[in-house]
Amino acid sequence: MSDKLKDFELLAEEDQRILIDEEQLLDELGIFGESRRKFLGQATATGLSVLVLQILAEKNALAGTVENELTTSSQIENAVQVSMKINGTEKSLNIDSRMTLLDALRERMQLTGSKKGCDHGQCGACTVIVDERRILSCLTLAATCEGKEVTTIEGLAKGTQLHPMQTAFIKHDGFQCGFCTPGQICSAVALMNEAKNGEASYLTENIQMKARPVQLSDDEIRERMSGNLCRCSAYPNIVAAIKEVHTGQDAGQKWQFSGTKNVALHELEEGERNATI
Amino acid sequence: MRPFKYNKTEDSVKAVALVAANPNSAYLAGGTNLIDLMKEDVARPDELVDINRLKLAQIRLIEKGNISIGALAKNTETANHPLVRQNFPLLAQAILAGASGQIRNMATNGGNLNQRTRCSYFYDVAMPCNKREPGSGCGALEGINRMHAIFGWSNDCVAVHPSDMCVALVALDAIVKVQSAGGKERAIAFADYHRLPGNTPQKDNNLEHGELITAIELPKNNFAGNSYYLKVRDRASYAFALVSVAAALEMNGGKIKQTRIALGGVAHKPWRAFEAEKFLAGKEATEANFSQAAELEFKAAKPLEHNKFKVELGKRAIVRALVQAMNNKA
Repeated sequence: MSDKLKDFELLAEEDQRILIDEEQLLDELGIFGESRRKFLGQATATGLSVLVLQILAEKNALAGTVENELTTSSQIENAVQVSMKINGTEKSLNIDSRMTLLDALRERMQLTGSKKGCDHGQCGACTVIVDERRILSCLTLAATCEGKEVTTIEGLAKGTQLHPMQTAFIKHDGFQCGFCTPGQICSAVALMNEAKNGEASYLTENIQMKARPVQLSDDEIRERMSGNLCRCSAYPNIVAAIKEVHTGQDAGQKWQFSGTKNVALHELEEGERNATI
Repeated sequence: MRPFKYNKTEDSVKAVALVAANPNSAYLAGGTNLIDLMKEDVARPDELVDINRLKLAQIRLIEKGNISIGALAKNTETANHPLVRQNFPLLAQAILAGASGQIRNMATNGGNLNQRTRCSYFYDVAMPCNKREPGSGCGALEGINRMHAIFGWSNDCVAVHPSDMCVALVALDAIVKVQSAGGKERAIAFADYHRLPGNTPQKDNNLEHGELITAIELPKNNFAGNSYYLKVRDRASYAFALVSVAAALEMNGGKIKQTRIALGGVAHKPWRAFEAEKFLAGKEATEANFSQAAELEFKAAKPLEHNKFKVELGKRAIVRALVQAMNNKA
């Protein structure tokens, strides 16, 4: 008798039934071989049912996004075939003419970094970079993107090396809930180029002057980033992050993680303060 | 969004033929306004003709020092083009006062002219709106009309044109070049391009269905040294104008040879302040004269219940824009 079978027989009847159900579920999910062993390894540590439910939910959520389920034109109304380069990789999609670039990225490419905030071009959460220009993916039909190069938040880092703008946002705490952040960062990355190219803004003092690289003041950063809203109002930190990347000057971090030592010190101080009251 | 057929072409004659042949077809350029209106179910085309690949994006010097800006040049490209920055800083400034960096990167010049009003009754399909649904009434006339017109409105519509760019273009006497079916072309003076609402507010402008803007021409002028675009809005940036003023002066010694003044956020079309211009010709460029010119212009103002503030605001904005123009702050 194998160890596994011995273990099985030692289980109570109810537990045996649960395990059989779960075996069936794993079959239905198509989890076999190595991944099944890995799965069961995890499952013993966590409680099987919860995990299976999670995986089922994920499978259902992904069901509509699996590419090969949606590749024939007959299943799509007003189908359009479109090819574009997304984060350096050539992609070809068969889409409903109504599909926005944002939906194509999120629902068809599993690139859910770009966010759907207002879906009406008012908040900037969907900002991505197309052919080196920041644009709103919620107001761009994917069908119009033939031959374009799209960069999303997922395409900014080089391997594990974050883009300097991402690093600066973390360093300066340029977000709270993080929902607007991918759009803010894509917008800010493109803005750096606009400044380098000497592009003008409504605040430009002498617009007639020949374009040359612009040194952005805080007010200029605010004006040029006004298409990206942040309901948490992390604006001062966003400006600080952008300014650091723009000037290349280390502005110093204004926060740090609390280690156990810091927490202990803080508690000691609190205790002393309370003792003197 | 309702289903629609997507077509694209690189040939403008074909594009015009496609749209002209189907009364429910529309051109798709930058899409910043049209796609939004389609999501809101305000615009319901059953066919879009993508014109982004037509060769209409050039900005170039044409005869007599005039400049032609292509209908499909993006707002950003236009505002930053050396020919525009140097010779028509008023236009560059007005474009940059509108929308956001992202939207200006997408929006085209032709599309800017043809954008629809942002009147909230027009946008809300549960509300009456003669512009959206002729004969259904005007929700704004006796509704919330703080953002609405004070000049040239009718009982059928009190909406305003939302563009900043167009306010500069009407001040600069631009010309709209249009292509019709069969490759025919015509030119429309900018002041005649947009319409007052009258009893047909569903028509924003004088384009016929299927006609395509190919370019906007800017006649050479002597205003570049003394112009300014002032935009007054609820937020410091990324908001539509309560009132905006495009002001340009051509000076002759201490006196004004001629001036151009246009207002945004006050009418169904970019509002050229002809009365104020007439008064200032030959006068000295003093604040007192600017103020008197503004008073004259606003004699015709008819504010609604919630936008009476636009009268005083508009007068002061004219004075401030002219002072800035005189000091060459563009």
